[in-house]
Amino acid sequence: MSTFLGMPTTAPRGVGHLRGDESFPDAARKALGNEQLRRNLAHATTTIRGKSGAVIAELPDWQELRSAGSALKAATMARLPELLERLEENVTAAGGVVHWAADATEANRIVTGLVEATGHRRVIKVKSMATQEIGLNEALEAAGIAPVETDLAELIVQLGHDKPSHILVPAIHRNRTEIRDIFLREMPGVDPALTDDPATLAAAARRYLRETFLSTKVAVSGANFAVAETGTLAVLESEGNGRMCLTLPDTLITVMGIEKVVPTWRDLEVFLQLLPRASTGERMNPYTSMWTGVTPGDGPQEFHLVLLDNGRTAVLADEVGRQALHCIRCSACLNVCPVYERTGGHAYGSVYPGPIGAVLSPQLTGVADNASLPYASSLCGACFDACPVKIDIPSILVHLRNEAPHPRTERIAMAAAAYTMDHPALYARAQHAAKLSRHARRLPRPLNGWTASRDLPQPPPETFRDWWAGR
Amino acid sequence: MSSKDLILGRIRAALGDTAAPDVPRTYRRAGTQCADVERLVDRLVDYKAVVHRGSDVAGIVASLEPGRLVVPPGLDPAWLPPGMATVEDEHDADAVLTAATVAIAETGTIVLDGSPDQGRRVISLLPDLHICVVRPDQVVAAVPDAIARLDPRRPLTWISGPSATSDIELNRVEGVHGPRRLHVILTER
Amino acid sequence: MRIALFVTCLADTMFPAAAKATVTLLERLGHEVVFPPGQTCCGQMHINTGYQKDAFPLVRRHVRTFAPYDVIVAPSGSCVGSVRHQHAMVARNAGDLSLAARAEDVAGRTYELSELLVDVLGVEDVGASYPHRVTYHPTCHSLRMIRVGDKPLRLLRHVRGLELVELPAAEQCCGFGGTFALKNADTSAAMLGDKMRHVLETGAQMCTAGDASCLMHIGGGLSRLGSDVRTVHLAEILAASEAS
Repeated sequence: MSTFLGMPTTAPRGVGHLRGDESFPDAARKALGNEQLRRNLAHATTTIRGKSGAVIAELPDWQELRSAGSALKAATMARLPELLERLEENVTAAGGVVHWAADATEANRIVTGLVEATGHRRVIKVKSMATQEIGLNEALEAAGIAPVETDLAELIVQLGHDKPSHILVPAIHRNRTEIRDIFLREMPGVDPALTDDPATLAAAARRYLRETFLSTKVAVSGANFAVAETGTLAVLESEGNGRMCLTLPDTLITVMGIEKVVPTWRDLEVFLQLLPRASTGERMNPYTSMWTGVTPGDGPQEFHLVLLDNGRTAVLADEVGRQALHCIRCSACLNVCPVYERTGGHAYGSVYPGPIGAVLSPQLTGVADNASLPYASSLCGACFDACPVKIDIPSILVHLRNEAPHPRTERIAMAAAAYTMDHPALYARAQHAAKLSRHARRLPRPLNGWTASRDLPQPPPETFRDWWAGR
Repeated sequence: MSSKDLILGRIRAALGDTAAPDVPRTYRRAGTQCADVERLVDRLVDYKAVVHRGSDVAGIVASLEPGRLVVPPGLDPAWLPPGMATVEDEHDADAVLTAATVAIAETGTIVLDGSPDQGRRVISLLPDLHICVVRPDQVVAAVPDAIARLDPRRPLTWISGPSATSDIELNRVEGVHGPRRLHVILTER
Repeated sequence: MRIALFVTCLADTMFPAAAKATVTLLERLGHEVVFPPGQTCCGQMHINTGYQKDAFPLVRRHVRTFAPYDVIVAPSGSCVGSVRHQHAMVARNAGDLSLAARAEDVAGRTYELSELLVDVLGVEDVGASYPHRVTYHPTCHSLRMIRVGDKPLRLLRHVRGLELVELPAAEQCCGFGGTFALKNADTSAAMLGDKMRHVLETGAQMCTAGDASCLMHIGGGLSRLGSDVRTVHLAEILAASEAS
């Protein structure tokens, strides 16, 4: 097989976590049957919606910030080659090393090689969507390197042999009691009298990870933003595990999607206002670390930045869908989505769940590999309103549905319906035929989904146009 | 072909002749608002920092009984309580005393930039108590004002309250890996 | 004013009472209602299910049918949303820029019922009487696609005898979403379950909305539950008078 070099390419199969094992409706059905999960999700999303709404309401210029953020991202995409080269130049000038990874396989190879070159067999990790997307932990483990997740939620997921289900709070599907049980079962040296008080659980994680932080010489992180103008990287976090990873080790390796670059230092004044309020519902997250290359005598003395494509250029090639790359991973769209609130994140199959996942994953992989995701929405539009950079997710969903492969029977039915509706005489006849359904309580497939939990309306004795004609 | 050339080629092919839109900066920009120290206090307290006001920094520090204290090399010696010894190694410290570069009133944030009176990043990370001294002229109104003052080429740490997490049921809980106690001393001059 | 009724295929076929009420109401307010006969369906279901090519002739038909009229009204936020935000796109994607321009022109003259009443006709008290306890569900497309805001509520507050009760979590989707209700029937039913619980919590006798589709969904669920809470289109409440 020959590939035309330089053509935008989707993320390869067989590596990483962008494709699920089953379709969204099948996975959702299982999740919907889990009452505990639904209670956990409803509680958590209701909490965060309230917090976020309150701190957003404090800013008189929230809409202006959204507009600026949206335009900044669009302007960044239009100048992406120039900005990435500028970023590379400035990171290099500040003592860092920049690597380019065309896909997940190459990124995993680069990072694994860099860790092996240090001679160490353990890395500490800051929560990063990019490294989850490419399956870096599995690649490191295959090379005999132990990755330790240090974010509390990631630790809960890792100790629970579980999968993340939310961009911001990967263990959102677990409540405090379940977390205590996982810690009691899996955390070496844990106090057997551990309670499910959140502060006590956080303290247990602090004790457990402290020695690991102090003794591990290599860290892997993602990045929220990278400033082309200065070569500065930024990681926003809450717990201090990010600060630990970014300052204690000798070597820091940061994996970042190419879309995370921003043109200038000043542009951060927009995103640092948008992200915390939309994300954790805080005026500012507890800790933000910013670093430019290597600072002599302070923090890691070896810094590598891996710039990742892995399908992003394929997204960029779609004029409607490319705005999905504007995402700053705040997860506000998940928290307001009525579908996500009920199914949770695992149903989406990919590491990117919720509304943004439903538009991003199918574009990264090619829509045929995630064909059910564009339909995992009622198009209610809550995501668009919540998005701090105004990504029009409903429009991208509609666009991707148009690109998705369609079942043959549906294709035939849709064509027939359109033909009928384009011929008013046929249409009037079909209206009368609809009356035949008067006594149906259960419809055949695929319409049985409706009658499983709803009654059909009784067709009226005459249609409106009959009534009008008889006036 | 290098991966760099491959990726840049893909991006150019994807973009075609896409034009960059103008960025409307109609939000509240740097210099458009007055810094409000009372708001800073309110926001710090809201995120569980403890605020002390007064110019007797050494006296306030002493009253906190910080235990083994680590300080950055360029700290104002007058801030140290008379006779209080400091430790050299932050791994052994119970507390750290630093200055700050900027404090943001609207978000309750203090920013350290690694200057000699703030020290290496790790010293304000490992101890359980962080005491941070902020002068009134360091307080700015909002995030854009802070961005305008900061030098991005320095290592920056933005701190808003003590270490916290929202990872358990999306409720904020203070005290994970960073300092569990943050005390801010706001001096009067 | 001469107003063209865009009845919508669903109201025409399944819920003519909502369409008749729209006519009754506008005529009572002294306006002339006309029914352009070539109209069928706006194509929203096709567009939202991924069949823009099949939707194209429906968009063309809609634009041709309604082009001669200065003011067009539909008793549906969702269908108006499709006309306003999708028709020109479908035409553009099919390469028909002239149709796209005409579609935008028609869209600019198309109003959802509460928009027509409040914004164009400048009336909030339509002289209705409806002595029932009613809760209002703001449908997603009314709320977030065409942004009718509180116009329906302003109209309802002026209805004689009507006791308006607030719906908890009103802005959450009922789970209809067109073919979503079929393709993701389980998730849709879970969303519907919560919506019905909130409706029942209000103690209302009626649940109203500006879209027959969402009401069909909520009403179908309530009927299956054996609840005697009924669904009624906003137009039917506004058309009701003491005489009727």
